[in-house]
Amino acid sequence: MTEMAPAQEGTLEARFPGVVTHDERKGYEGYIVQLDKLTEVAQVLRDDLGYDFLSSVTAVDYLAQKEDEESYFEVVYHLYKSTGGSALVLAVQTPRDNPAVPSLTPLYPGAEFQEREAFDLYGIDFTDHPDMRRILMWEGFEGFPMRKDWKEPYFEEDVKPFANRWPGGQVYRIEDHNPVGKNNQYPQGFDPESWSPAIEDALYDSLRRSNAEYDEIEDLDTEQVIVNLGPQHPSTHGVFRMAVLMDGETIVALKPVMGYLHRNHEKIGERNTFLHNMPFTDRLDYITSLSNNFGYALAVEKLMGAKGVPTERAEYIRVIMAELTRISSHLWAIGFLLNDLGAFFTPSLYAIEERELLLDIFEATTGSRMMNNYFRFGGVARDFPEGVLERIGELVTERLPRKVDELDRYLTNNEIVRTRCEGIGVLSPDEAIEYSMAGPMLRASGVPYDVRRADPYSIYEQFDFDVAVRYHGDVYDRYLIRLDEIRQSIRIVQQAVERIPDGDFLTGKNPYQVRVPAGEAFGRVEGPKGEIGFYVVSNGKANPWRYHVRAPSFINLTALEKMCIGSKVADVVVVLGSVDIILGEVDR
Amino acid sequence: MNFGFGILRGLMVTMGHFIGTFVEDFKWIGKRYYTPEGVAHRSSKNASGIFTVQYPEEKLPVPEEFRFIPFLLYEEGPDGEQQDRCTSCGICAKVCPPQCIWIVRTEDPDTGRPVPEPVEFYIDIDICMNCGYCAEYCPFDAIKMDHQYELASYDRHSAHIYNKEKLSMSVDYYAQIRPTNYRREEDIRIAKEEEKAAKAAARAAAKE
Repeated sequence: MTEMAPAQEGTLEARFPGVVTHDERKGYEGYIVQLDKLTEVAQVLRDDLGYDFLSSVTAVDYLAQKEDEESYFEVVYHLYKSTGGSALVLAVQTPRDNPAVPSLTPLYPGAEFQEREAFDLYGIDFTDHPDMRRILMWEGFEGFPMRKDWKEPYFEEDVKPFANRWPGGQVYRIEDHNPVGKNNQYPQGFDPESWSPAIEDALYDSLRRSNAEYDEIEDLDTEQVIVNLGPQHPSTHGVFRMAVLMDGETIVALKPVMGYLHRNHEKIGERNTFLHNMPFTDRLDYITSLSNNFGYALAVEKLMGAKGVPTERAEYIRVIMAELTRISSHLWAIGFLLNDLGAFFTPSLYAIEERELLLDIFEATTGSRMMNNYFRFGGVARDFPEGVLERIGELVTERLPRKVDELDRYLTNNEIVRTRCEGIGVLSPDEAIEYSMAGPMLRASGVPYDVRRADPYSIYEQFDFDVAVRYHGDVYDRYLIRLDEIRQSIRIVQQAVERIPDGDFLTGKNPYQVRVPAGEAFGRVEGPKGEIGFYVVSNGKANPWRYHVRAPSFINLTALEKMCIGSKVADVVVVLGSVDIILGEVDR
Repeated sequence: MNFGFGILRGLMVTMGHFIGTFVEDFKWIGKRYYTPEGVAHRSSKNASGIFTVQYPEEKLPVPEEFRFIPFLLYEEGPDGEQQDRCTSCGICAKVCPPQCIWIVRTEDPDTGRPVPEPVEFYIDIDICMNCGYCAEYCPFDAIKMDHQYELASYDRHSAHIYNKEKLSMSVDYYAQIRPTNYRREEDIRIAKEEEKAAKAAARAAAKE
């Protein structure tokens, strides 16, 4: 696959002379596309060259650091072939005043939320986007928080470590000194006394717009009703809201509303040093911390080059931990899908029992049950303590296979589960690719795309396992595929435990200041929820210039409306459960 | 489709769990709860029956690597005085991701040169994210992660900024909660000291 890539990319440059040019900046490997020709190039890439999977869309603010530099925004696209292979990176540049970029949503619907996010955080307007609204921040928010010249309340310094911590540490609670915080920005003419929220109009307008093609039931004189599910609702797995337009009990249009847990994770990430970011990745999808660590470590190691290559033992430890994470996450997902179906807590507690044993292993190895912070650049933080590897071996040979079979026997043929799940929330293979779905969502729709096989990383090539795939694309298949994947993960861990070599668990001396050469890198792994990717741009300093998370839970929600239209309210809850979102990752 | 058969089959599993609970209790007759063996059994690979632990009457033992709030180590001098291991080099403050460590370095009043000892050392435990970097990157093994996790208090403003006095713990305490780590570090230290002594001896021998 990789040998083929240069020839095809060569044709791309030859095909669009002067429009597509190779990115000449040091450490960059993509192509720069002329702003007005983006749609044209993307069309050819999708239809003729097979780059049908738009994995990530994000923006970077290249604010001039010196006088002779130019300031501009760059929008970066990572495209893949759904048949496998490495990435094609496209970038377009737009001036910082009135930035506008043609939207790729008509070509790749999966870009919808990601472009909205770039608009929300950077203020880049995507022309021809069907629904250009803020997505993480609320509608009345002033400013674009990811811009380099934006400062938040309680702002201390541009980058960590902060100067006042040492040698003359001045400890105080900043909210005691400055209860409101500086840098608070308000819209023009804002008066807190007379202000009332008018923010919902845009949302409801968008709901009504998206129902334009709906055929009303002619014989009945019905009225369409807007219902809000959430943000405080047991079915939404956190503070997540769905605004639903209904005709009777049938869903006509649905818009997810998110950002209630938004903490500007990426801005925090740009302020941190490279090493600081590792524990913050734990807090994205807090069920799958070790997979998040994995993705971030890969991205930074790519930039570090030879210095960041993990030792062999470290690779094995990483794979074991990542697969155990997948098992625990899928157990959680299955358990809570059953909760959403109304089988209240008996199935989920059976699943959580097994997860509990895995968490004990994480705790013994990493020091924490969920916030693991275990991976380092070039390895892991420490080796398995005595006896832990044996415990893992016993679990994956003696207990987990038996328990997964029990779960299978318990739920799979249950008539209520089947009636509620079969044929609900269907997504066809083409739609799944279009919407940039990832992970179990994509594979349950009949697309056998698994990053571990499609674009192998770490040492997954050495293991014998199958890419689980199911073909109906409904909720039931998404349940089944998680069971399949648990079984495959158990296989991988069994092999890894048997073959793990002795040796160091870390390359180099684990310095507290990591030298990362300038450049960009996209590290992606097959996380339990889907492809989790980290786009990191370094300018050679101690802090990343850009730190972006391709959050699978967030992007998988793009197709939520598509999956729910035409079904009933009760099904929406189940469909959302089958997507398996974690709000810490959706909202970032 | 034999409607209902799948449900019945599933209910058999629930039934199995239900009966298993009693069988398990019967096997252990009274020893399954509120005993260390019972707690250990419930989190082992053979666990079946009731899984839950009756906190706070029962507590799960924490593994050695478990980490929570950091603490500072001191060695006891010959007269029982506390000798801080910390040299106030500031690495922990720099490597701390949420920047919750504040250190005031001592200065010699006469020369104005820094003295390797902190005058003050604060950790805001509300901000601490328990990542363990300070302990991992401290070159002097002077700051380590504690096992104490019951930290609830009524007033966060006065109780949650730990000062040097509150943070300081003896090396013995450390050796007690993390025996393996302690032994490993001691071995390295002794090896280094022996190497130093050997070198010094060699140098002395060369001089003669």
